[in-house]
Amino acid sequence: MADPIHQFQINKIFTVGHIGGHEIAFTNSSAFMFAIVAIITLLMLGGSAARSVIPGRMQSLAELSYEFVSDTLRSSVGEEGMKFFPLVFTLFMFVLTANLIGIIPYTFTVTSHIIVTLALALTVFLTVLLYGLYKNGLKFFKLFVPHGIPIYILPLIVVIEVISFLSRPVSHSVRLFANMLAGHITLKVFASFVAGLGSFGALGWAGAVLPLAMTTALTALELLVAFLQAYVFTILTCIYLNDALHPGH
Amino acid sequence: MASQGKAASGGNAGAAHTEVPSGGHGGGFPPFDKSTFASQLFWLAIAFVALYVIVSRIALPRVGGLIEARRDTIAKDLGDAQRLKDAADQELATYESELAAARAKAQAIGAEMRDKLQAQSDAERKSLEDRLAGKLAEAEKTIAATRQAAMGNVRTIAADAAAAIVQRLTGVAAEGGAVQAAVDAAIKGA
Repeated sequence: MADPIHQFQINKIFTVGHIGGHEIAFTNSSAFMFAIVAIITLLMLGGSAARSVIPGRMQSLAELSYEFVSDTLRSSVGEEGMKFFPLVFTLFMFVLTANLIGIIPYTFTVTSHIIVTLALALTVFLTVLLYGLYKNGLKFFKLFVPHGIPIYILPLIVVIEVISFLSRPVSHSVRLFANMLAGHITLKVFASFVAGLGSFGALGWAGAVLPLAMTTALTALELLVAFLQAYVFTILTCIYLNDALHPGH
Repeated sequence: MASQGKAASGGNAGAAHTEVPSGGHGGGFPPFDKSTFASQLFWLAIAFVALYVIVSRIALPRVGGLIEARRDTIAKDLGDAQRLKDAADQELATYESELAAARAKAQAIGAEMRDKLQAQSDAERKSLEDRLAGKLAEAEKTIAATRQAAMGNVRTIAADAAAAIVQRLTGVAAEGGAVQAAVDAAIKGA
């Protein structure tokens, strides 16, 4: 029962069909994705339903999310970055909600699967690449040629810049995925110590206090990590988008 | 087509996957189980696009509008407050200037009245003093006349007394002219 990997298992609920030989199934992961969409929709639409000048709790939360993301985007990209506001907001809220739901026991963490975080990171990567080329044309490639570099090491720098640019989606997605995965495994391992020790009678019960305290502390830490990783994912998105808008810097 | 081959080779994983609901965790690391990738990407795309549309078309304009409306309300209220304050300041300035004018006017009226009364009282005092001075001069004249008369009487009485004294002492009636001259000399000498 204490398999720490079991929580990442994807269970098929029903099969929808096949695309290119791949089975498309509605799974617990899909259900949680739609739960995330529903929660965010409820928060944002429910929060803006009252339309009062002095906001209630829901409205405060909705406005807080809005202003938090818009301030983050504006401070790192500037006013012209606001055209990406819906994308950045959707990414932040999706990742944050997925991370937070995952802390609740018996739930599934959508962002603990590399394919999901990779898809989100690639969305950002392709947006940066395509919009950067569309907006700046070939000047976009100045991104790989920093100013003030001596000509004899420039080829090396350009190669490093290109590699670092191409590895962005990897680091962007693995950071979120690995944090979620590792945190949830650690939580599960410590929690299973509690149950394991508890089965040894009175002495075990006394010994189980330590891992229980650990689990409690880790849950608080995971709450922080859930927010922090969503924020890191968002701020990196903003920094990458800044490259698409201002490749010269 | 290559992916199709992959799917075929991943048939074992798929088979394990189908056993999952009954048999729990069926071997392999779930996040790297390729058989679930297509489903996850498919539903993620739908969920993410749906969320993007909801967020960009409905949620953000609504919440943004709310924040904007609040900012406008606050700005408008502040503007109203400033306008009212300006009006109140204006009123206060008007009141103060009117008050100052009224005070100046009152002082002017007071000064004018004081001057008028002063002049009137001066005139009255002058006429009174003149009248008194006239009366004084008249009285002094009367006094001088009376004294003159009295002095005349004193001379006659003194001459009579001197003549009587001379007659008593010498038994001879003094000559009127000599007594008169002696009294005059005595009065002068005194």
